[in-house]
Amino acid sequence: MTFYYQNVYMKDTATVVGPYEKDGPLKKYYDKTYSDLYFGEKSWEQAEIKLVQDSLTILMKKVGMKKEDIDLVVSGDLLNQISASTYGTNGVGKSFIGIYGACSSSVLGMILASNFIDDHRVSNALALVSSHNMSSEKQFRNPTEYGAPKPSSATFTATGAASCFLTREKCDVRIESATLGKIVDYEQNDPNDMGRVMAPAAIETLKKHFDETGRNPDYYDLILTGDLGRYGKDIVKEYMMNVYGIELSDRYNDCGVMLYDLEKQEEVLAGGSGPACSALVAFGYVFHELQKKKLKKVLLIATGALFSPTLLYQKRNINSIAHAISLEVE
Amino acid sequence: MVMKMKNTRYERIADNHKAQENRGKNAFIAFFVGGLVGLIGEGIIELFCYYLHISRSDASTFMIVILIFVASLSTALGFFDKLVTKFKCGLLIPITGFAHSMTSAALDYRKEGPVYGIGSNIFKLAGSVILYGVVSAWFFGMIRFIIGGGS
Repeated sequence: MTFYYQNVYMKDTATVVGPYEKDGPLKKYYDKTYSDLYFGEKSWEQAEIKLVQDSLTILMKKVGMKKEDIDLVVSGDLLNQISASTYGTNGVGKSFIGIYGACSSSVLGMILASNFIDDHRVSNALALVSSHNMSSEKQFRNPTEYGAPKPSSATFTATGAASCFLTREKCDVRIESATLGKIVDYEQNDPNDMGRVMAPAAIETLKKHFDETGRNPDYYDLILTGDLGRYGKDIVKEYMMNVYGIELSDRYNDCGVMLYDLEKQEEVLAGGSGPACSALVAFGYVFHELQKKKLKKVLLIATGALFSPTLLYQKRNINSIAHAISLEVE
Repeated sequence: MVMKMKNTRYERIADNHKAQENRGKNAFIAFFVGGLVGLIGEGIIELFCYYLHISRSDASTFMIVILIFVASLSTALGFFDKLVTKFKCGLLIPITGFAHSMTSAALDYRKEGPVYGIGSNIFKLAGSVILYGVVSAWFFGMIRFIIGGGS
């Protein structure tokens, strides 16, 4: 499913990050950075809620609006019951939609909000995602202080919250089109190699986007996948070339690879992950470059591993999903 | 059928881009550090036997308590996880790993309170070790009883 939008614009964004992202190469594009992981809160979950609230406060200030004037808030995260979203956005906007698309939530939220705006059902909306390295570790893996050894294919959940303000009012950055993906099962089951799990979803959504729009990679200045990491990125490149004959070339990159300095920050292993990973790169670096017109057409494919530890232990595969959105400036 | 063929093709391409683990190096580090922990334990036993004039079995109990205390304290102080990441199973297999698994779980769930937090979760990782430790101890005890007559 590919949608084309007539009048949906991305007016502004707000990004807040933790210490690992602050040490990464995209530092100057963030609105607020923290040097510890608690941000003055008592628990990891509450720290993530704080990130969401910070991001919203900054965004409201940037667009000069009051919290209650927002028509719709679309938000997602990785915690059980998407609780960072529901607690963090409480008190903001006239209506709320909570979403779960694992790490693909960033683009999923933008697509949903854009559809509401383009259909004249609302005049503005917020799309927001968050993730926290420690709250994710605690929920999906081992206790945070355990420090269990991980293979180098494992990815590192980004700590941050990123929000964007979408509106029908004309601005520089336009949401041009979007392709919704579907659930993909390539019989993958290694939670320490999420790049390999999610690459098929990225491949299918990319192929679908090119088929349905009749475009090829040359149409875009930059094609970004969400959080495949260095190995997943190489899989996508080779598969697209060998199976479909589509050369992604140097215009293709992965947000998980861009978020950190993989050589210096060894603890991130194969790269960043989490819903915030793609959103921090897109709302920070990409949005900045689009506004400066250094980039004109960008395709962002957020990838999500629909990973349930319970079902994995019950010997089921890890499914994945990816959604694509195209951003343009005139 | 088409789906299956596609999957084998994907597997082949994905295998081309697999992360390489340095298993030899990891095994050596774990062997060396694990051995070092054993050496420290043995040293503590010898010290206790020599200076406090207690039996070897009493001394080894003290040694275990000391190692557990040191591991738990360093988990609480926040640097044991970094050592585990670096030295891997060298620190996880000895008694230090067992203590660390319980302390780290307790720390993680302390905000959920003493009952639903710490109480419910402290054995999250260590529970398996305890359960199967007890079960296998029972089996080996039975074997020893049958063969050796319980002496």
